[in-house]
Amino acid sequence: MANHAAEAIASATDVPEVKTRKPSFLGTVRKYWIFYLMMLPALVILFFNNYLPMFGILIAFKKVNYQIGIWDSPWVGFKNFEYLFLTKDAWIITRNTLAYNALFIVLNLVFPLAFAILLNELRSKFMAKLHQSIMFLPYILSYVVISYLVYGFISPEHGYLNKTLFPLLGIEEINWYFEQKVWPWILPIINTWKNMGYYAVIYLAAIVGLDDELYEAATIDGANKWQQMTRITVPLLTPIITIMTLLQIGRIFNADFGLFYLVTRDSGVLFPVTNVIDTYVYRTFLTVGDVGMSSAAGLLQSVVGFVLVYFSNWVVRRINSENALF
Amino acid sequence: MEAAVNAKPKAKLSGANPKNILPAWAQWSVNIVFILYSLLCIIPIVLLVMVSFSSEDVVMREGYKFIPSVFDTSAYDFLFEDFRQVARSYGITVSVTVIGTVLSMVMVAMYAYPISRRDFPHARFFTFIVFFTMLFGGGLVPWYLVYVQLLHLKDTLWVLIMPLLIPAFWVLVTRTFFATSVPSAVLESARIDGAGEVRIFFQIVMPLSLPVLATVALFQTITYWNDWFLSLVYITKNENVSIQYLMYKTMQNVQYLAQNSQAMQALQQAGAYVRFPAETMRMAMAVVGIGPIVLAYPFFQKYFIKGLTVGAVKG
Repeated sequence: MANHAAEAIASATDVPEVKTRKPSFLGTVRKYWIFYLMMLPALVILFFNNYLPMFGILIAFKKVNYQIGIWDSPWVGFKNFEYLFLTKDAWIITRNTLAYNALFIVLNLVFPLAFAILLNELRSKFMAKLHQSIMFLPYILSYVVISYLVYGFISPEHGYLNKTLFPLLGIEEINWYFEQKVWPWILPIINTWKNMGYYAVIYLAAIVGLDDELYEAATIDGANKWQQMTRITVPLLTPIITIMTLLQIGRIFNADFGLFYLVTRDSGVLFPVTNVIDTYVYRTFLTVGDVGMSSAAGLLQSVVGFVLVYFSNWVVRRINSENALF
Repeated sequence: MEAAVNAKPKAKLSGANPKNILPAWAQWSVNIVFILYSLLCIIPIVLLVMVSFSSEDVVMREGYKFIPSVFDTSAYDFLFEDFRQVARSYGITVSVTVIGTVLSMVMVAMYAYPISRRDFPHARFFTFIVFFTMLFGGGLVPWYLVYVQLLHLKDTLWVLIMPLLIPAFWVLVTRTFFATSVPSAVLESARIDGAGEVRIFFQIVMPLSLPVLATVALFQTITYWNDWFLSLVYITKNENVSIQYLMYKTMQNVQYLAQNSQAMQALQQAGAYVRFPAETMRMAMAVVGIGPIVLAYPFFQKYFIKGLTVGAVKG
């Protein structure tokens, strides 16, 4: 396996069993007490940061009243979900989240993979490294910074596109932050641009790890570059491609909050094409203050996301168990 | 180990098989594609910097330009007029980043080591505990309520640190590194020589695992430095915001900087009509905010890229 990420995750759940006879629980604790102590700080953080909120999803079935406390608030069954689905937002945010993320998954596979294959063909090692480094830069910038960079180009009053490029080309000015139809283009472009370096590096590492002899043999047999790519490189990369894709499918219900909130400048006119589950939960909870509806949306997000990753993993395991996550 | 990682790309990129290389024209086309794409990655930052050095009048008239017709540093003059908010935000970001990264690295390693040990019967269970956090989460609302209602951490420094301390992904990567790159024979002989587990961990495992520890530290540094979401959710006091959040607020409303500047307020109260270079100052704020990371990037980018392939030893 050429990549640590794939290896780390693929092997996450298969620690070989101990060969000796199974010791008693207390015996283990006595022998390895120091290990539990070492893990304690992280366990405390995981408990408060991850596991306690998991039980907190029950809030979605309550009518929260801060006066009497969260746990004493009355249970209301599926009322919060009913309210949520009565709004037209429920459909919009689900559609947007799924459609954008599905598109992102495809783009984050096709372009970085193509770039990695091309980078590997460059003879100048210096140029290949230089391109790789520059391509990686957007990945380490925060979405706050990226929202500035985008604003520089598409600011309606002063942006480079409206004030310099469009007059030059004779295109009419666009009021970007009020124009719904441009955002289904802008958001995928920015997402691909930001993640290109990360995925290209991962795929390149996998390509570099492939056995040279395969290509030598293929050349002797008269295979051209295209045939080598489609018959050797891509098939051999299937495990890493599957794992990277599975990881993203697992998060298909979790939108990139920064992209959808900051880059769009939280513009209300754009909500039909930019509102996703994450931004909706944030706005209904912290701006509007509606705990019930936002936690209902949050619960749906968690549960459906989990079911999706479990299901896609199951499908992959049916096809080839070695490529499955768990 | 590093040699092993580097050796392969060298062999490949220099064309180990001279017959199987693209012809010169194709080499050039590929190069040109990448040069154009690289420009696409840098140009937006160049535009930002150029606007910050433009004169406000010209920007109002002609829009943002790559080559400003009038150079002007008044945006920075205004920004540095009262530097306290920027300095304070920088201080918060730097402290959070340093404390968070160090704590995170140590805690991740201390968790990853036991679950990397094949002889530890509960390794599987504790691996699952951390792996599961990648698959399922409670969502924003309960997560918020835990920190605010239960732990009462709103508006503290700790709330900017704690949520990002244990990234499951890096725990698993570190665990794999421990399991594959620290020879168990070394651990065995240390045990025979009478070293305790703690000593083995700190004196043998940690020094042998510097590549992966450095990677975790590097990625956590970026995570903490780039974080604005925790400030958005948990910080309500203006003066306690991180530099990223300050940039976000400036983006929304450049007057935000003026509100917190006593010098600016004094000027306004004195009745002077202050012509505030809003557009250029906004960009100057962004430049001050991203400056360190972009300047440092050339020096640490190779560790990033190496870090992503840190487990590539196995080939």
